[in-house]
Amino acid sequence: MLEAKNIEFHYSPKQQFNIPDLQLSQGEQLLILGKSGSGKTTILNILGGLLKPLKGEIRIDGTSLYSIKGAPLDKFRGKNIGIIFQKAHVLEPLTVLENLMLANYFSGAKGDKNENLLKELGIFDKRNAKVNTLSEGEVQRLSIARALANSPKVILADEPTASLDDVNAAIVVKLLKEQAEKYNAVLIIVTHDQRVKDHISNQITIGGKL
Amino acid sequence: MNMFKLSWKYLISKPLSTGLNILLLALGLAIITVLILIQDQFENKMTKDAEGIDLVVGAKGSPLQLILSSIYHIDFPTGNIDMADAMALSKNRLIKNIIPLGLGDNYQGYRIVGTNHDYLELYNAKMETGSAWDRPFDVVLGSEVASKLGLKLGDKFIGSHGIGSSSHEHDEHPYTITGILTPMGNVLDKLILTSIESVWYTHDEDHDHGKFEAPVAKTGFPETDEEREVTSLLIQYRNPMAAVQLPRFINSKSALQAASPSFEISRLFELLGVGVKLVQGLAIVIIVIAGLGIFIALYNSLKERKYDLAIMRTLGATSGQLFVHILLEGVILTFLGAIVGIAIGHLFLSVLVMQNEQGAIGGLTAAVFLKEEIWIIVYAIIVGVVASLIPAWNAYQTDIAKQLTKA
Repeated sequence: MLEAKNIEFHYSPKQQFNIPDLQLSQGEQLLILGKSGSGKTTILNILGGLLKPLKGEIRIDGTSLYSIKGAPLDKFRGKNIGIIFQKAHVLEPLTVLENLMLANYFSGAKGDKNENLLKELGIFDKRNAKVNTLSEGEVQRLSIARALANSPKVILADEPTASLDDVNAAIVVKLLKEQAEKYNAVLIIVTHDQRVKDHISNQITIGGKL
Repeated sequence: MNMFKLSWKYLISKPLSTGLNILLLALGLAIITVLILIQDQFENKMTKDAEGIDLVVGAKGSPLQLILSSIYHIDFPTGNIDMADAMALSKNRLIKNIIPLGLGDNYQGYRIVGTNHDYLELYNAKMETGSAWDRPFDVVLGSEVASKLGLKLGDKFIGSHGIGSSSHEHDEHPYTITGILTPMGNVLDKLILTSIESVWYTHDEDHDHGKFEAPVAKTGFPETDEEREVTSLLIQYRNPMAAVQLPRFINSKSALQAASPSFEISRLFELLGVGVKLVQGLAIVIIVIAGLGIFIALYNSLKERKYDLAIMRTLGATSGQLFVHILLEGVILTFLGAIVGIAIGHLFLSVLVMQNEQGAIGGLTAAVFLKEEIWIIVYAIIVGVVASLIPAWNAYQTDIAKQLTKA
């Protein structure tokens, strides 16, 4: 399902990122651990089709990600990859449900499970509320819902628990796992958060020991 | 969800800035709308009222004033002329038709015009009810006069001296309404028409009731053995030669002055043109400022929205879609500005007309839509495109990864 081979990337030649080869099949989960500045987010950007590596290949569902460019790449990403960012950034002028509908619109999906997703994540009651009336935890859950709105084959999460307390961090990781299992998607979480370690057994560490 | 709705959501999330930009643009476009509406109708009205009149002859004075008072009935007459002079002129072989006018009275601000039936024919006037005047003090009302003053057939009223209201009344001779005209859409709607004799007899000191019963002249000059005056003469040429010879011939005669409506009207428009140009310039400056305002608003909002745009890209938006997203915001803004502007323009004109019912623009209407107004919308949209082009280009070039890691 997801394959990364011989990826090389650096912003400046002195600072090479060490990016391991990956091979994940449908429904597999992976935790990438690393300290700040170890290139976790960079890996995620590369896997998510946001940042073209200098060398190497990413294959998702048989498609070589960086062999497509421009608009087709954007559409491919919208359809197949759901990304959850460290800072849960949701679009403020829109309501909760509209945030999901926008994701559906851009990738051409129907969005028939939007309401189910919101129910499962416990924000269905707020579906018509403006985003700025939500609490931080709700915003985080909305960003998860949005990443899942198009039933992606790959879910990438960048430090999803960084700004949450223990209880909420556990809930979020649980939610991510559940949803990934439910839709049989590959789940990759990059984090430096030790609390996540116990939840996903398949782990790699980059940039040296934590 | 679609691009249009997305841009709209972003616009209404900032109601104040959006509202201000729309209002500013609307103001500029409203001025243009009013100018277009007035110019179009005013010119139309001016030409329509002067149709069939080749030359106006009256007392010496300003030729423009003579035209305005005798054709459009908006300025004061230049004075009276001897009827003997007028009749002498009517024998000229270059003149096909001559219609005398006796002005100087009004009823509640509506001017009473003494003339003959040729004047009705000149404008192809039709009677709504009743018939044209036959005896002294019979009057025919324009449709607007009848409806505004609530007068009907057979009603009597007393005219006042002078051409505006609030002058002293002629209490001796009430006018009787014998006819009301159909709505003409020209100057006749606002006039009270009667015979020249009526105007004379109102001002006479002695009251010879015998002549009040005699029928009045239906064409040409009234027959009289007294020394009488008329205010002005509307003349139709017999042939094109008359246009060259007649005005010069008349102006060289000391007592009379001839003025050509077409010449004076174009002179008037030339004079007004300076003012119109000035207002137009002002409107264009406002529109440019509005365009700048939209540009600045979009450009500034882009700084805080770069993250939103990057997120949209991760959701599958292409850079082209982001370009359209920003462009649409500018275009929606200016489109709304154009609609509001045109609405304000029409509203403003209708208020203006309401307050000037008897004035020069009294006959105009705000309830017409010209194809020029479509152009206003087109121009507004062009302003929107131009103002949002640079911000949209910036959005197009958003580097997703860089933007997302920056935050």
